[in-house]
Amino acid sequence: MSTVVLLACTGLGLGALYFLVASGLSLVFGLMDVLNFAHGALLSVGAYAAWWAATDGHLGFWLAVAFGTVVGTAASVLLELVLIRPLYARPRDQILATVGVGLALPALLMGIWGSDARPFPQPAALSGTVDLLGATVPVNRFVLVAAALAVLLLLRLFLARTRYGLIVRAGVEDRAMVTALGIDVRRAFTLVFAIGGAAASLGGALAGLYFGSVNPSQGTGLLVFAFVVVVMGGTGSVTGAAVASVGVGLVQQFANYAAVPGLGAAGLGDLSVVVLLAVLLLVKPRGLTGRLA
Amino acid sequence: MSLLTVRDLRVVIDGLHILHGVELDVAATGVTALLGRNGAGKTTTVKAVMGLVPRTGAITFDGADITGLPTHRVVRRGIGYAPEDRGVFAHLSVAENLRLAERDPNPAYDLVFELFPELKQRHRQPAGTLSGGQQQMVAIARTLLNGNRLVIADEPTKGLAPKIVTEVADVLARAAASVPVLLVEQNLALVRRIAGRCAVLADGRTAHQGDAGALLADADAARRLLGVGTHHATPGGDSR
Ligand SMILES: Nc1ncnc2c1ncn2[C@@H]1O[C@H](COP(=O)(O)OP(=O)(O)OP(=O)(O)O)[C@@H](O)[C@H]1O
Ligand SMILES: [Mg+2]
Repeated sequence: MSTVVLLACTGLGLGALYFLVASGLSLVFGLMDVLNFAHGALLSVGAYAAWWAATDGHLGFWLAVAFGTVVGTAASVLLELVLIRPLYARPRDQILATVGVGLALPALLMGIWGSDARPFPQPAALSGTVDLLGATVPVNRFVLVAAALAVLLLLRLFLARTRYGLIVRAGVEDRAMVTALGIDVRRAFTLVFAIGGAAASLGGALAGLYFGSVNPSQGTGLLVFAFVVVVMGGTGSVTGAAVASVGVGLVQQFANYAAVPGLGAAGLGDLSVVVLLAVLLLVKPRGLTGRLA
Repeated sequence: MSLLTVRDLRVVIDGLHILHGVELDVAATGVTALLGRNGAGKTTTVKAVMGLVPRTGAITFDGADITGLPTHRVVRRGIGYAPEDRGVFAHLSVAENLRLAERDPNPAYDLVFELFPELKQRHRQPAGTLSGGQQQMVAIARTLLNGNRLVIADEPTKGLAPKIVTEVADVLARAAASVPVLLVEQNLALVRRIAGRCAVLADGRTAHQGDAGALLADADAARRLLGVGTHHATPGGDSR
């Protein structure tokens, strides 16, 4: 029983991390048809910025996380304005540009701080454990889940209650028609990039807490699973991404626990995610939801 | 005196020459009809005016060149657009569809709900669950919410039941009393009823411009340009 609880909490923590990456990815793809391969690198930017602020900058944990989030958001906005925007008429070049940034940013981080994992300072209050139904669960799992829930709630409020949220929901359905109502949809593009970058870099900063360290390829590794989540949840659907994230995180953890010798430590977990994706796409070709919110 | 003039409009999409020299003058009052057989280029012409497809030529609105403007700025010059497929956001409610179209500080909801009381009753309903006629009402309502200087409606009666066609025609006729309308339409009875002038497209070119009533009264010209006999057309009926 205690193992099940621990695996479930760890799976939920991982799912929360996937959601933080996937929510922005899904909105960006749903609204703009942009497959942002640089999205994982934004997570790494957030992670390193937070790590730098917490070590060299001597900031407290939460201030460091906030700093990482701000830097990642700024990087995302910059990416949209400088690289993505001039290429809207050339979607293929746009994808290549994001792939390029997705490769260049981790390389840059590696060039500056090396390829080894850097230990992420753990605040005392968050590095302990709690007893839950007989299991000893690290507190950082709950921090991630709480952050993901907060982001989910804020995103839903944004989409449901604000004019820009309305524009984003409409744009996911029919972008051209939004402009034909006199709306400059490019502003919504920049905003969605800012939101996606904020969520991903927050995820990056908290990934430092979850994994205990940061390394340059963390973001890219998580991006693969975020793509799986986006496809499963239905592009443009924030709630779909949340449900799919939880599913992927849990399946991965439980499959890893049951890992067969010879497949490698993470082999079965990753394999099971692919199987889950294949089964879902066979049953529901358009993902869990065909729609947003 | 034309409100909108189109000169030598050309549109190439994916290497296909779709329009090669469309000329169009939209009168500053009343309804101007844009006619032509299926595939003549009516929708493409309207999309080119809206900046929704790449185009060359000269498009002038109220004396200003709008040929190079992005779509949202064309609209902000005061052009309301109800597209061929209605362009209603299926997952948004009726109220949200209307709210999205608001540009003026005081949108004309009184007028819209007077013309379409149904939209008021159904304002929380997802637009995707409306009937075709109701969706068309949403599309037209969005153009009337703001103080537009031109309304462009692309086949607003396509696929609607005769009773609804009459209703939509009444609304367009009423709207045209205060704002000029460019109406793409294949229902010639409706054109005869509400249009003043017309332009006829054929194979991506303007084949004729003139008085709508005179064209439809001339059976030979109508058959030659539109490929239809006009004497069977009845109000509300579909003459395609
Ligand atoms: N995006 C596109 N790509 C390729 N061909 C197109 C495209 N849009 C329109 N066409 C072609 O251009 C021609 C004109 O199309 P358009 O939709 O403007 O005609 P229309 O007069 O509005 O016809 P209808 O009465 O059927 O609505 C048609 O032959 C159509 O197949
Ligand atoms: Mg058409």
